[in-house]
Amino acid sequence: MNHTYDAGDRLEAQIGTSVRQATYITGRDGMAVVKLDNGYNLGIPYDSCRFLERPGQSVARKPIVTQRDELPVLSIVSTGGTIASRIDYRTGAVTSQFDAADILRAIPGLSSIGRFRTKQLYTILSENMTPAIWQELARAVHEEIVSGARGVIVTHGTDTMAYSAAALSFMLDTPVPVIFVGSQRSADRPSSDNAINALCAAKTAVSELGEVAVVMHTTTSDDSCSIHRATRVRKMHTSKRDAFTSIGVPPIGTVKYPTLDVTLAAHARKRRETEPMVLPDLEPGCGLLSFVPGMDPAVLDAFSGYRGLVIAGTGLGHVSTAWIPALRTLAKDGCMLAMTSQCLNGRVCDRVYDTGRDLISAGVIEAENMLPETALVKMMWVLGNEDDPDKAAGMMKEDLKGEIEGRSVHGL
Amino acid sequence: MDYKTVGLKAGIEIHQQLDSRTKLFCRCPTSLREFEEHTDEYFRFLRATESEMGEIDEAAREEMKNERRFCYYTYDTTCLVEDDEEPPQPLNPEALTISLTIAKMLGMSPVGQIHTMRKLVIDGSNTSGFQRTALVALDGAIPVDVLPGGGGIETICLEEEAAQRVDDHTFSLDRLGIPLVEITTSPCMKTPEEVQEVAGYLGMVLRSTGKVKRGLGTIRQDINISISGGARVEIKGVQELDLIAEVVRREVRRQENLLSIRDELIRRGAGVREEPVDVTHVFSATSSGILKKADRILALVLPFFGGLVGREIQPGRRLGSELSDYAKKCGLGGIFHTDELPGYGVTPEEVSELRTATGASDRDCVIIVAGPEKKVHCAVLQVIKRARLAFEGIPEETRRMLEGGSTSYMRPLPGAARMYPETDVEPVYSRGIWGAIQVPELITKRIGRLKDLGLDPGVAEHIGYSEQYPLFEKALNQGVPPALAARTLTSTVKELRREGVAVDHISDDELIGALAAVGDGRAAKEAVPEILRLIAGGTPLADALEQCAGRVSVQDLGDIVRAVVRERQQFVIERGMASLGPLMGVVMAEVRGSVDGKVVSDCLKDEIRRILQET
Ligand SMILES: [Zn+2]
Repeated sequence: MNHTYDAGDRLEAQIGTSVRQATYITGRDGMAVVKLDNGYNLGIPYDSCRFLERPGQSVARKPIVTQRDELPVLSIVSTGGTIASRIDYRTGAVTSQFDAADILRAIPGLSSIGRFRTKQLYTILSENMTPAIWQELARAVHEEIVSGARGVIVTHGTDTMAYSAAALSFMLDTPVPVIFVGSQRSADRPSSDNAINALCAAKTAVSELGEVAVVMHTTTSDDSCSIHRATRVRKMHTSKRDAFTSIGVPPIGTVKYPTLDVTLAAHARKRRETEPMVLPDLEPGCGLLSFVPGMDPAVLDAFSGYRGLVIAGTGLGHVSTAWIPALRTLAKDGCMLAMTSQCLNGRVCDRVYDTGRDLISAGVIEAENMLPETALVKMMWVLGNEDDPDKAAGMMKEDLKGEIEGRSVHGL
Repeated sequence: MDYKTVGLKAGIEIHQQLDSRTKLFCRCPTSLREFEEHTDEYFRFLRATESEMGEIDEAAREEMKNERRFCYYTYDTTCLVEDDEEPPQPLNPEALTISLTIAKMLGMSPVGQIHTMRKLVIDGSNTSGFQRTALVALDGAIPVDVLPGGGGIETICLEEEAAQRVDDHTFSLDRLGIPLVEITTSPCMKTPEEVQEVAGYLGMVLRSTGKVKRGLGTIRQDINISISGGARVEIKGVQELDLIAEVVRREVRRQENLLSIRDELIRRGAGVREEPVDVTHVFSATSSGILKKADRILALVLPFFGGLVGREIQPGRRLGSELSDYAKKCGLGGIFHTDELPGYGVTPEEVSELRTATGASDRDCVIIVAGPEKKVHCAVLQVIKRARLAFEGIPEETRRMLEGGSTSYMRPLPGAARMYPETDVEPVYSRGIWGAIQVPELITKRIGRLKDLGLDPGVAEHIGYSEQYPLFEKALNQGVPPALAARTLTSTVKELRREGVAVDHISDDELIGALAAVGDGRAAKEAVPEILRLIAGGTPLADALEQCAGRVSVQDLGDIVRAVVRERQQFVIERGMASLGPLMGVVMAEVRGSVDGKVVSDCLKDEIRRILQET
């Protein structure tokens, strides 16, 4: 028995009484997966395969991509989310494309928007992101800005894109657009949202915007993308194209498709309002805990030694009164406590009910209308950059990068 | 025509929707909806990679780009899977079992580990841009009594049905995802009749499962045809079985005619002049509506094509129609050519001016392409492309069937299917299912058995193919006489429905109960419609039986018969036993069908005899 086939090897495959020529693809659950010449894959026992030959490598011919000198320089920093991929129909393998030329080949419309350079920082799944990578990403983006990029596009898996984008908002002062983009449907399919998101992101990156934003589909239709403020955006659906939503604020702009007309809202920060600066220090010892009814206060022991803890409380920002002593202890030990709401929409107010007043007296900061995840990354950044606890607490309640809306506007 | 000499080789691909409870990769029902019932619509673009667009020249490709915007209708019976907004669910085991059952009936070998693939389809009919499909079995046989010499079934695939087209760029999602089996035969058929015969056989096998959808559009045949010296042509979507042989005949004729046109072109030394001439000015005062409206009119000279472009190659189709089909791909309505001019509002003077302007002689054919600037240039390239192909004979094409059985050009034959694995769906195994599958009885065999039971051949055929067959068999198993069961299921129920009786309210058990009562003499068979009417109206079976059976007892019948006969004593005496027929009608009307005709006739005979003896 030969289990040492390589992908692409030509085999003779016995299926029942039928014998066919096939190409070896891979092993799956103890069976050999082969591709018949009609394109179908199927799995057969290894002892039903007979080796025929190992064809030589064929080199795919790639059309040459030319970039137009007169267009503004845009930088694509990739972390793992794919905005472009290529399929090898011989083996069925799908490979992500990170090289500028490959991306432009996959999404030809990009070449009329800008002149691209790419930096492949990581190729990881977004759930494997860490604060340390956010820091590296912030430094890399800063470098691109100071070396003259008219805008920076960050490709990112969608699961934790909002965390990374919010983290960059705090670490980075940017005079140019820093646009996070990804795709909800894989880039290999003709229906993928990758190309439209990428084109809209690129157009936003050359626009008059001057802040960190997420650009993704507005609705299920391919007719526009929304530009979301990084500190107010949240992934609100597991799979739909329009999963990303601005919470409690309108999007800071839209990009129509296919015209690619960018409209920025009045509250969007504009290009060149600030000088580029990076303050990448973060305090990683921070946590986010969602309270549920009956949750044992002993859970809080797990956070002892943490420098900060964001709580996603119920309603206006509550936890069980049984938690108050344990929270008091955490606070006394130097752990910053901030209260957000599981409601996501609306402002925390701990001055209405007794429990809330007890929380405030225990040292809990009301995190206003900040999203829990945004409050977490903000806390990491605040504690990484400010040693004085009172000043740090003040910063938590102050709007730094659009994460806190002073007014709760009617209709949102 | 001697198809052997022609070298006809044909194969069939049958697509049959399965009647599973839910769709192949989601749990939505497999029901079709009216377009007006749609709940929402949305728009998508599908992006082609290089070779999916290979069918059209660069210029055309540019233009087509903006048109790949599709609209989709959603329903309360579709979900995010059809929207391509949610990953697919595991492959539907019910559909898998049905497809493996069909495979077993066709003597095929099942695939051990079945992998779902993505086959690229970017015409908009699949929201994802691909169709999910899995090869489930290979290598079956067509029996020798169906196809002389026998034949092969190459593959059976389980795939998802495409969305239904509402208009050019709008699709309805109700049909998307309904399970479909695709059965591909080898090119083993050698006459048009054989193709029809095999298609009929496969259709019968599919129906024998009792698990396939019925009605227009639920089964479609694609036919592959080639003749010696020709090329493979695939004709898509033949829905009527009876037309298959005719489609094949017409295609053979088309291919033969194209080959003879090719020979004639070569003999004449014909060519294609690739520089179109702008003849917009020639038609500045034309009375042809199409030409008058056109921004640009280009003429293309085909030297020595004269007479051949207008030559009929199939009923209603000329070489000109083929050129026109290619031009239509650029969004034009069609073309004109000098083989059919003057006509269509074009005057003889304009034709001769056209020939002068283009320097074309009478032996040349001039093609006129008119319309918006961009489309006209695209269409000219397409006409040149097709005209050049005339020198090769028959282009490899996918064609669409027209009414009557002729065909028109759709697109070039697809290259090797562009497939890659559907990574969102786990492989499934046939092993646990295959062994347990009971191969259903073939309908043809079933019909033979019914004839043996004494059923009239026509009735046997009708009930054998009927959707009601399982109920029929159940009735037989409960002792209902075959003829009664067949008549009730094939005609009585239908008549009642036509009358407006709510026959759907009658359960299978109630129906069988009523028939069984006839079987053991508790009810008259004439009473069946009345019993069913009562049940449909909500009367319990027992009450319905009692009402109908109780109305005329044997005693009552005797009284009725005596009264009828006595009133017509003179008539009976005159006609003797021959009065039985006319009197039957009178008595049956009196008892309103609640007594078996045989009983009435026996009773009547006795009474007539008594009168005749008395006198
Ligand atoms: Zn569904």
